[in-house]
Amino acid sequence: MERHVLIVFPHPDDESYTVSGTAAYHLHNGTPVTYACLTMGQLGRNLGNPPFANRVTLPTVRRAELEASCAAIGITDLRTLGFHDKMIEFEDRELLDGKLRDLIEELNPSLILTFHPLYSVHPDHDACGAAVVRVVEAMKPQDRPKVHVVAFAKGHERALGPADVHVDITLFLEQKVGSIKAHKSQFHTDPVFEGRSVHDPVIRERFASEKFWTYPFDPYPHGRK
Amino acid sequence: MLPIQPQAVQELLDKLKDQELYLHLELTNGAYTFDRDRSRLVASNLIRNVKVSYSHGSISGSGPYRVGLKMPEGWIYAEGLTHYEESETERAVLAGNDHDGKLVVSLMLSKEPF
Repeated sequence: MERHVLIVFPHPDDESYTVSGTAAYHLHNGTPVTYACLTMGQLGRNLGNPPFANRVTLPTVRRAELEASCAAIGITDLRTLGFHDKMIEFEDRELLDGKLRDLIEELNPSLILTFHPLYSVHPDHDACGAAVVRVVEAMKPQDRPKVHVVAFAKGHERALGPADVHVDITLFLEQKVGSIKAHKSQFHTDPVFEGRSVHDPVIRERFASEKFWTYPFDPYPHGRK
Repeated sequence: MLPIQPQAVQELLDKLKDQELYLHLELTNGAYTFDRDRSRLVASNLIRNVKVSYSHGSISGSGPYRVGLKMPEGWIYAEGLTHYEESETERAVLAGNDHDGKLVVSLMLSKEPF
């Protein structure tokens, strides 16, 4: 059982397909879960169809969706860090890393869930994962939390091998589907909006598990003594 | 947002001319473009909250629409505009959304920063 799980993603909705079931599983075990979301996804391309958001209202719409997603999963500790969408890779590293370092010091998580720094497609995803890795790598090896990363870029399995962590979330499909449905502006084309129940074999097969790669930190960063 | 009514947009562009405005101009085909189709290029740009002033602005085309704003020493241009925010009377909030409703282009002008 984990002591505290910290989720770090750049966009509202990054949690839904990746970690929502895993977060619900940890909460069910009594482990506190904190979700740190770096931006409000204010440059997202999906505005609903027909559009019910626009470039001005999107951050407000997405904040409400993020809160609804957290409610569906059961996450009560949501931190929004206030960075600008699509700009994470250009952000002042001291500022970005400092905010993550502060969070890790405050929460002392035993597990962090984030994106792989190289195989996560969107530049914000990669930059988010890279920031987490930088901060954790700088910690003393014995103090480091485990970091489980999500990867999905083409060729990721060839590069990383198969995922080594599989979380069975069949008991938490309600939470996962609820999280996806909360992000209506982003996922309105997803089949879950067709009203299938979580007992539907199609949903169960599609969302049976969530998978991660344990990030391999160097256990002896300054050379073996 | 509603499909663009060119007359309403033109009236707004006339109303906003000859004053200092904040510009948001953005073009994007989506960060996932290359991952889905290796023959394509992910391309996007963003100018956000840069001060501009134009002396003449117009909307043209029969839908999707184009907007050109003439400045003392240059131009601002956007093509592919399909929607406008009808509730905005002091700001121009224009967007080009594709068939799936995904934003491709955005042009906004406001007296206050976005």
